[in-house]
Amino acid sequence: MFNSTLKQLSALLAQKKISSAELTQSYLDRVARLNPALNAFVTVDADKSLAQARAADALIAAGKAQPLSGIPVAHKDIFCAKGWRTSCGSKMLSNFVSPYDAHVVEKLNAAGAVILGKTNMDEFAMGSSTETCYFGPVKNPWDRTRVPGGSSGGSAAAVAARMAPAALGTDTGGSIRQPAAFSGICGLKPTYGVVSRYGMIAFASSLDQGGPMARSAEDLALMLNAMAGFDARDSTSLERPAEDFARLLEASAADRARPLAGLRIGVPKEYFGDGLSGDVAAAVEAALAQFEKLGARRIAISLPNTGLSVPAYYVIAPAEASSNLSRFDGVRYGYRAPEYGDLADMYAKSRAQGFGAEVKRRILIGTYVLSHGYYDAYYLKAQKIRRLIAQDFTAAYKQCDLIMGPTSPSVAFALGAKASDPVQMYLNDIYTVAANLAGLPAMSIPCGFGEGGLPVGLQIAGNYFAEAKMLHAAHRYQLATDWHLRQPAGVE
Amino acid sequence: MPLSLPQVKRVAWLARIEITDAEAAAAQGHLNDIFRLIEQMQSVDTEGVAPMAHGQDVVQRLREDRVTESDQHTLYQAIAPQVEDGLYLVPKVIE
Repeated sequence: MFNSTLKQLSALLAQKKISSAELTQSYLDRVARLNPALNAFVTVDADKSLAQARAADALIAAGKAQPLSGIPVAHKDIFCAKGWRTSCGSKMLSNFVSPYDAHVVEKLNAAGAVILGKTNMDEFAMGSSTETCYFGPVKNPWDRTRVPGGSSGGSAAAVAARMAPAALGTDTGGSIRQPAAFSGICGLKPTYGVVSRYGMIAFASSLDQGGPMARSAEDLALMLNAMAGFDARDSTSLERPAEDFARLLEASAADRARPLAGLRIGVPKEYFGDGLSGDVAAAVEAALAQFEKLGARRIAISLPNTGLSVPAYYVIAPAEASSNLSRFDGVRYGYRAPEYGDLADMYAKSRAQGFGAEVKRRILIGTYVLSHGYYDAYYLKAQKIRRLIAQDFTAAYKQCDLIMGPTSPSVAFALGAKASDPVQMYLNDIYTVAANLAGLPAMSIPCGFGEGGLPVGLQIAGNYFAEAKMLHAAHRYQLATDWHLRQPAGVE
Repeated sequence: MPLSLPQVKRVAWLARIEITDAEAAAAQGHLNDIFRLIEQMQSVDTEGVAPMAHGQDVVQRLREDRVTESDQHTLYQAIAPQVEDGLYLVPKVIE
């Protein structure tokens, strides 16, 4: 059962072979058994989950089931859920019980999905290893001495260890795709504006996007169907007709042996340079060869400004973060220092004690680049480079339909390996941040194993609103290969 | 252009984050490493390039000017550190 797809679980529930209460309890038992060693979940509330499961059972009995009704889903602890502590991985919000639901949470609740628990994450989603969390680091289920990636590392580890059939993540610079790659699962960052940011605690508002994490492209499509949609409360939510992201998966190919015939895959030379580990390059090359076997054509492309994406990102994201995180002042909610003098002292002490080192570092960068006299040299310059990066993609998508390459330069690194060197940690985002800067959709799927028997992720990126096309290509690859079905040892 | 220790402290003050001398010294090293990375931006000519604020160049929506929120201050203030008579309490600002 723990290896069932969402569709299979939905069928079991519809046929009354299992109730949502039983299914949810099985997952809760599994979380109780496996989580102490992995630290993927920070909050589990069996009573709340089971109450939702019983409501879902009533929905199913009444014949009102939707595709996710009764299915437990793990929520990254960045999504506000009414009555649930929503900590965002921070001491600052370690006492914050949300009085409202995020739009995505409302949508999943309305679909009858069950909140299985809240997953660990880098503090305020700032990190690539899930080591900066207030509740301690998450361990990679494939090797507990390694990081699971970040910032959605708890969600990735939960899905990889089969503690949840699917999970919610958010991606500001790769925080869905990189942990998916490191943990051997699938994750998709939609086009900016497809999933509402309402109730998703803000890191960098022009880059943040929620998305699904699961074990297959098909499961991602079902999750995204439930998550996407216009929401007037997010000023950058896009008003578009409802889209079935799974619509291309069922279609039968004209040429069965070559179902991807006609698909042009752009392979950027900048993604295969010096920084890329040999094991990752080999697995990605093999995946590209598989796509060619399926009928796709490989086209050499160039994204000349790739090298500037990390520098521009580490101006724009901290700048927006410094503004967004100014709301945490110890007045209306969250942490307040126990002792202080005047009001300014209360702010400064609450923030000094409530935020961890990485969050403070990014607030300082952001405050500096936005401060008087530096705005043009940093923030404006970064926004211009952002335009150049987006233009690289516009030019590339005239030659190809999808872009593929590695999700991350290496497999999962050791816990602590980069924790004391922020620049090394930031450079890990080299292949993922450009999609956020341009607002484009991108996903990661498992495509083999590298050093230490650790999973390698293949990044599949597309033009604006190409999610269905990306999912279709990934699905065809997964019908022909079994990398996505492999599971870590020791979590049986 | 490396940040001096007084600059680090000033930025921390602007960000309303109390910082000790030792923390400021540690932050200075990290921040200067990060700014060396960021300085790579200066290698590209961006003359005449329009800044891009976010991924979709869409216009901000406007909504009708009518009340859409109900009064939930009791619910929202239930999680505040200190409240009295519907007001958030902070240290006295005006003597």
